[in-house]
Amino acid sequence: MQLARVIGTVVATVKNDSLKGRKLLVVQSLNKDLAPQGKPMVAVDAAGAGVGELVFWCRGREASFPFKREDTPTDCTIVAIVDSDKHVNSQ
Amino acid sequence: MILAKVLGNIVATQKNSRYENARVMLCEQITPEGEAAGNTVLALDAVDAGVGDTVLIVQEGWSASTVATGKPGAAIDSAIVGVVDRIDLLEDLNGSV
Repeated sequence: MQLARVIGTVVATVKNDSLKGRKLLVVQSLNKDLAPQGKPMVAVDAAGAGVGELVFWCRGREASFPFKREDTPTDCTIVAIVDSDKHVNSQ
Repeated sequence: MILAKVLGNIVATQKNSRYENARVMLCEQITPEGEAAGNTVLALDAVDAGVGDTVLIVQEGWSASTVATGKPGAAIDSAIVGVVDRIDLLEDLNGSV
């Protein structure tokens, strides 16, 4: 899993049927100092996240498990919303 | 599995139901020599690891969900599966043993 900031939304009218109704968000992964790490990705939302929020996402085959249709074609899914920037407790 | 150092934890109230009662740890990947490899990752704690510990993180979903929640099939791709006591390396990987 990786920490990320939601930095945008994606609209796609033509898409796989099992992605219908799903929210697509652009996420930028972050490091321990909440600075960008790597390139932005498009994630399917499973936590009700919005632009600007700090979240974490899951990669790989497991990314499709939150959805009722487990064949949902995603390799990047937002699984939780971090309460606030101050709730990243790094020592 | 990767080697990492535990930096702290993350608090998220609104999360996937399979993450209930799990500790989400903020970790930094390290080299076998103990230097930061510059890659921050999150992993669920399955072994009661603490801040500062060097740990083993499995980055494969079936294993990670099974050790962290007791059963497979969760949206979990990483879990801490061991706390490293020591790492012994050849002094010079290019030289003779």
